[in-house]
Parts: sequence; structure tokens; C-alpha cells
Amino acid sequence: MSESPSGLARERLRTALRSATLISGLAILGFWIACALLGTKMTPLDPYADNLLATLAPPSKTHWFGTDQLGRDIFSRVIVGARGILIIAPLATLLGTVLGTALGLCIGYLRGVLDDVASRVIEALQALPLVIVALMALAAVGTTNASVVLVIGFVFTPLIARTVRSAVLGESELDYVAAARLRGDGPLAIMFVEILPNVLPIAIVEMTVRLGYAIFFVASLSFIGFGIQPPSADWGIAIAENYSLIGSYWWTVLFDAAATASLVVGVNLVTDGLERVFET
Amino acid sequence: MSTSAGEHDREALRLEHLDVLYRVGRGERRVLTDLSFAIRRGESYGLVGESGSGKSTVAFAAVRYLARNGRVSHGRILVDGRDLMALSAAELRRLRTRSVSMVYQDPGRALNPGLRIGPQMAEVFEISEGLREDAALERALQMLTRVQIASPERVLRSYPHELSGGMQQRVVIAMALSTNPALLILDEPTTGLDATVEAEELDLIARLHREFDNSILFISHSLPVVARMCDRVGVLYAGELVEEGSAASVFGDPRHPYTVGLTRCVPGYGRRKTHGRLETIPGFPPQPGSMHGCCIFADRCGNATERCRREAPPPIDLDGHRSRCFYPERAPDLPHQSQGGVAASQTPLAGQGARGELAAGGEITANPESRPPANPVLRARNLSKTYFVAGKPLKAVHGVSLELQPGETLGLVGESGSGKSSLAKLLLGLSAPDPGSEVELCGEALPAHAGERTLAQLKALQIVFQNPGSALNRSQTVRRLIGRSLRLVGLTGRAKEMRLRELAGAVRLTARHLDEKPRQLSGGLMQRVGIARAFAGEPQVVVCDEPTSALDVSVQSAILNLLVDLQARQQVSYIFISHDLNVVHYLADRIAVLYLGRLMEIGPAQVVFEGPHHPYTEALLSANPGLDDRRTRRIRLAGELPSAQRVPAGCVFHTRCPRKLGSLCEREEPPLISAGEGHAIRCHIPAKELRALELSAESPVPEGSTSPRAHPFS
Repeated sequence: MSESPSGLARERLRTALRSATLISGLAILGFWIACALLGTKMTPLDPYADNLLATLAPPSKTHWFGTDQLGRDIFSRVIVGARGILIIAPLATLLGTVLGTALGLCIGYLRGVLDDVASRVIEALQALPLVIVALMALAAVGTTNASVVLVIGFVFTPLIARTVRSAVLGESELDYVAAARLRGDGPLAIMFVEILPNVLPIAIVEMTVRLGYAIFFVASLSFIGFGIQPPSADWGIAIAENYSLIGSYWWTVLFDAAATASLVVGVNLVTDGLERVFET
Repeated sequence: MSTSAGEHDREALRLEHLDVLYRVGRGERRVLTDLSFAIRRGESYGLVGESGSGKSTVAFAAVRYLARNGRVSHGRILVDGRDLMALSAAELRRLRTRSVSMVYQDPGRALNPGLRIGPQMAEVFEISEGLREDAALERALQMLTRVQIASPERVLRSYPHELSGGMQQRVVIAMALSTNPALLILDEPTTGLDATVEAEELDLIARLHREFDNSILFISHSLPVVARMCDRVGVLYAGELVEEGSAASVFGDPRHPYTVGLTRCVPGYGRRKTHGRLETIPGFPPQPGSMHGCCIFADRCGNATERCRREAPPPIDLDGHRSRCFYPERAPDLPHQSQGGVAASQTPLAGQGARGELAAGGEITANPESRPPANPVLRARNLSKTYFVAGKPLKAVHGVSLELQPGETLGLVGESGSGKSSLAKLLLGLSAPDPGSEVELCGEALPAHAGERTLAQLKALQIVFQNPGSALNRSQTVRRLIGRSLRLVGLTGRAKEMRLRELAGAVRLTARHLDEKPRQLSGGLMQRVGIARAFAGEPQVVVCDEPTSALDVSVQSAILNLLVDLQARQQVSYIFISHDLNVVHYLADRIAVLYLGRLMEIGPAQVVFEGPHHPYTEALLSANPGLDDRRTRRIRLAGELPSAQRVPAGCVFHTRCPRKLGSLCEREEPPLISAGEGHAIRCHIPAKELRALELSAESPVPEGSTSPRAHPFS
């Protein structure tokens, strides 16, 4: 009786604007998205130009973050490095969310043998370290940007399916599902028209959580050579190439690592903020 | 207030001009306005009001335990003569341990699930009296014995989840009384319990009240319960106390139009739909604190004048009976509110292919008792359902056979766990019955699963659910909620929109509501959407599963009127499930009584109510609280409903039956024996003898045992 839908939206927006968590998260995320979009337009120097006269130079006025083994400007490479990861990680997360939500709806609503089998498989998959699973899959199909997206998407599917399934179990108990059956709605209509809108907020929050993991995941795969491929500027690759130098040339690793960390932190701040907004 | 200190000393609780605010968003909302009342020592004071009226806020304010966003902005709270607002944290804590105790609606949440009852109860004595553990346990046992709990030693060793709801509530009451508090606050203490258990619980509270002689603040939405339990009563409406006085004068001679409306809404004992419509209170209660400078009830009041809209009435004292109304003398003549079917009757619900006759002006014409028997629209034969819980069979429904005539209402009564809802699910095809069960619709066998039924069969059999919040998909608008069911009749486009408006009009929803979502609607409006949905496909049978139990009384009567109107207009049959016997009696043509999934008695409503009764039916009737309790017979059932997994041998009712014959009842299950006029009773005792037993029990109740209060209604 109390508030209108627009009133609720306004209330949520007000909560969102007052949330320091959400605002700071959005600021960090926004910065990296700008880097990814603008790429070389934002960099002071050419990130791909090597300069063998200035290899491993420490941070200075020309090279703010120093240079790497080939004399490339690290600051410019960190900026440009946002692009690859910010394409692959969100796409993979979206894929995992769509597949996971569909799977979770099916096994949560239909139950039966399908649910028993799928749930056991999901549990088995969760027992394995995900990076290893992804690594094996990428070794088998070969590493391209598309295959990285697909593999991470598939690896995330069971995790999201599990969360969605438990929400669907609760929804299926509600009488509106019985009412739909009594007007002859088939299982597909009940799952996707009746139940889906009610579990969508849960799937969305789960997706933002997964996005944080996906960024870390892509960086890890790049680090071991199965993610983004050189010569693209990428944080994971840069860390892998330089971590043996960390004792004497710390700047070759530190800024790429900090970039990865700040992106993950930014996404997690946004997640926390969103969860709080959805609660109101 | 010019009352002397001496007078305050005789009061367990005194609220003076209390205002309570809740912070909501950036603003503050006033939930209690200028609330004043006092409870004398040893007195039981009832606070009645509908949901949202601020009843529970009073309970929390009385112990200064408001939610974190709540505050007392004005007024005083005196407990045992001490000003609560002036107490330090330590003093407040001492007061809460010694002088006040609270019992809430849900006992399951008041007990710590991880602790056995013994240590939980002992803790009270360890803290309040500094007893050692063994002595404290001894006292706990004494308290449990005083609340007459079955096998108290075993209860002490149990975890809360091992006890039934009624037993949990007894434990909570025992804990509350442990410190012998000056004031006991009971917030809807029996609302979640079955009628038979509730009756026992109320007897217990009344007896303990006499024994302990403490003051009671009894908060309830149920007028009959408060009328029975309390010396004085306050009526709360939208955060204001609109009327206050002795129970007899408030309910017998109400002087505020709201109270008058409320007492008229309750379907009284013996009132039938053939006697006419129930009364309602038009409109909705305002948001507490939203109205200033006028009478808060003026918008809904038939007596309101210009003055009521301009000026807020002060409490007017009429010889100890206070009413916040300018015209208390006119309250009894409040215009009756039973119309409202006019708009609807102009738009016949059965749009295309109307079945049944249009009743004139909302008058009820259906009277199946006088109609020649037709072919039953629904027939169930030997319906059984066995669930398996942890590998053990649980017979939820056992061998139920019944028939439903067109246009008839069959009332289904029984305690929770008696199989009422399971039976409904079997008929609807939401769960499949055991092999050998048969369900027929108009003489044709119905497939067991809803998914296998044809559209024609599906639309013929619909349901109105108990909890509209669960029954309506919260992500859809009302238009969509009703519209999706119009698929059943194959309507699209303009025709669909026309029919949708027609349906909405028939359940008295306005066009504005069509684009709202369930969370924007009140409970009563949501239930109307549920009813519109059930009627979308022009059903022949509608199962109403406790459709009003989640609603307030004033809303309940409107929904019941609506169901009666719809039935009169399109000859639909109802299976009406309810635990409220007055409601069933009002609506039902025939009544079926279920116990542990078995049909114990079935017959025409009037006969089932007048007897001879099955002993179980008799107990249900005795437990039924009414505002007009003319009946004196009171039998109480001992113990709890047995688990459906361990059904007693012989007659399933023998473990609780007050009329048990002997070993025959333990050995042999009696058949349903006809008692004439379509009335059948499952009992070894012949109907004539049952009648004789009932008449002998109807002798006056020994005073003092379960004394019902002087009953104002007749």
C-alpha cells in the first residue's frame, strides 16, 4: 500500500548515492573502464615502443612507473593492459551467469534424477581447483581469447547454478507456482516467466561476485601463459615476465600487481554496495 | 495528570500521553499518538486492534525495548509506579528481570534452539534469585508442573524443536511467570495455535492469572479471545486508543463507531449466509500518524460530520468508559454497512456463456438444502495419500469419500495436520493420490496430475490460497496476474482486456490497481486478486484454503461477502477450508470434519452444529471462541494431535476422546454410521447416545474452573 514503484527506485538510488562503498568502487571501476576504452589515447608514451637504451629504468619524470626489460614504458602498458582483461572477464562472467541461471532453474524446479546427477557433478567440480580445471581445458582446446571466455564461463556455470538452484527451491514452494500449474502452464513457462524474475536479483549479485573472481582468474591464466597472449600488454603476462627480477627491479612487477588488485577491489566494493542497495 | 502517588502505586503499568516515533528513511513516522491507559494490580487488560494499529509497539514501549529506529518522543511510562524513561540501564535491566515479563506470538523464536529446556529455564532463577544450578532446575520443574505440561521431567531434557507449538508456549509462559512479575505482557500468545490447543492455553492463562495475581496486558487481534480473557479492554486504531472500558461495556455497548463496526464484522455464532451479508467497515485504516487535526476514523465513519473532519475529538469519559468520539451516544445507531454489491451486479461475472442466474441486488438466492439433488459436480472415492518421511509412511489422507453438488459449499474443518490442505491438493491434482483413489468431475474420471488434465478440466477446478503474499507472483502486475489465467478461456486482445476489467470490477478492484504489483496492495486487496484469478476461467469448483485467516476481521467479512456473491451469481461450488468454525458455519451448506486424514463426521451444516456430534466435533465447537458464547458445554481435549506417522490403532481419536468406551475403541476403527439426513458419524457410540451425553454435559459449568467472562453478546 505504501510506496509506488518509482518511489522504491528513488529510495534505492538515494541509498546508492549515500553509500561510500558503492561510490568508491564505481570510481575505481570507472577509471579502469576509461583506460580500457581510450587505450593509447590516455598514455603519455607508446606502450609498445621498445627502447634498448633505457631498459629497466626506475620510475622517473619521463617513465612514471619505470621501464621493463625491453625499455617499454610501464605506466603506458598498465593503462593499456586494462583492455584485454576488461573484455574477457565480463564476457566470461556473463556467459557463466546465463548458463548457470538456466541450469539452476532447470534442476531447481524439475528436481528428480536430473537434479541428483547435476548436483553431484557440481559438487565434484567444486572439489577441484578451478584454475587446474580451466588449465586442462585450455591445454586441450588451445588458447585464444574466445576459448578463454568459453572455458571460464563453463567453469563458473556450476557455481552460479548452485546459488540459483537454492533460490529456485524456495520459490517453487510458493503458491504462485501451483497457481501457474493449475492454469496449464508448462515447466518452461513456469521456470522462465514465473520464477526467473524473482531469482534474477540473486543471479545478478552472484554475477558481480563472480566478476571479481573472473578478473583474478584471467590474470592468473595469463601469468601461467594460458590467458591473454603476448604481445598484448597485459598485467598477468607482465608479472610473469618480470617476477624473477623483483629483488632489484621491483617496479616491473609492483604496478601491474597493484592494477590487478585495485580492479578486483573495485569490483568487490561495487558488489557490496549493490547488495546493500537491493536490501532496501 | 492530577492523580496522587498512592493511586499510581496500585497500578502495574501506566502510560501517559505516549507518543512513539519510528525513523523511516529520512523522516519520522508517528505510530502511537497520545496514548494513555493504566492497568491496575491484578487486572487483565486487553488491547485489540487490527494489524498495523501499533499493538506490538505498545508492548515494546512498556518495557522500553523499542526497535533501534523507534523512540518515545512524548509522555511517560510507569511500571510498578516507576518512570521507565528516568531509569538507568542497570535499573532498567533489574526491572525487566523482576517486574515485567513478555510472551510473544511465536514461542519457537523465544526459546534458544541450541539449549535444552532445563538449563534455559534454570538460567532465569540463577540470574533473578542467584540460585545454584540444581536448585534452579528444581524450581524450573515446579514451574513446568504449574503450567500443567505433560511429563515435565522429559520436557526439561528436551530441545525446543522436540516440543509442539502448544508445549513451547507453555514453557515460555512458565519462564515468564518464574520471577512472579508484577506485569505480564502477552502479545498474541495463542495466534499460531490450533483452536483446541488455544482453548486449553487460554484456560491455563486465566487460571494462572488467578493464582499469581499479577497484572496482564493481553494483546490480540481477536475480539472473542479478548472478551473472554480480560477485565478491561482498549481498542487501538491507527495508533490511537479510540475506546476503553470494561470488557462487558466495550463489547456489549460500544461507544465508538470503529468498535461498533468491528463487533458487527465478526460472524456471530449461528449466523448463516442465508441470513444476509456480513457487515464490513468501508475503506482502509490510515497510516498511523498521517492524519492531524481531525478524527482518524472520520473517513470510514457513517456518523462523521463536518466537525469530525475539522477537529480531533478528545477522549470523552462516560462513566469509566472512554471514547474518542464527539458523538458517543450515536455510535449504536451507526448505519449498517452490508451493501456494496451494486457495482458488481451490473457487470455479470460470467461474461460469455453465463451459467447460473444473476442474483438481484446482492441478495443471496443459493440454498442447496432446498434444491433437489443434482448430479454431483465433484466426487471423490476412497481418496488416500501416503507420503514417505525418512522411509516411514505418513498417511496424510486416508480413505476419504465425498460428493459436492453444484452451487454447494462444503466446509472442511480440523486441526492443522488433519489433512485438510492435503485433501485439497489431491482434488486439484497438485499431488497424486495413492492407487485406488478416484476423483470425478461431472461423472468423468480426472487424471491424478494437474499436468495431465485438459484445459477444460483445469479451469473447472481452481483454488484461492491462504496466503496471498505467496500465491501472487511478486514480479507481476495485477493485470498480468489475472490476465495469464484468462488464457484458460482463450481470450486475447480487446476481449481479454474487457473481461479483465469485468473480473476486477467483480472483486471490487479499481482500474488503478491493475498496474500495481502485489507489494503495493494490502492483504485484503491481494486476496481479491487471488479470487479474481480463480474465477477467471469460470470455474465449477473453487477450493478456498483458509482464504481469510491471514486477514483482519473487517477485511475478512468483505472477502466472505464477495465469495457468497460470486457463488450466488454463477453457481460455483466451494470447498471451504477453515479452522474458524463461525466462518465455516456462516458459509457452508455441508461440513466435513477431518482428523488425522480421516473423515470423522459429515453432514448438513446446521445438523453438524446442532448435534449429535462426533466427540471430536464437539471438542472443536467447545474450543471455538465466540463473542456471543451462549453455549455452556465445554469439553477439552487432553494432549496433542498424534503424529500421522504413528496413528493410534482402532479409532484414531481414542487417545484424546473424552467419551472413550474402552478397549473396543482401541481395537476397532468404527465405520461412518449414518445418523439420518445425510449426516454420518465415525463413532462406536450410536448417535442417540451421543446426543444424550452432550445434553448431560450441557449442565452449567462449575464456576471458577474455566469461567467465561460475563458475556455481553446475545
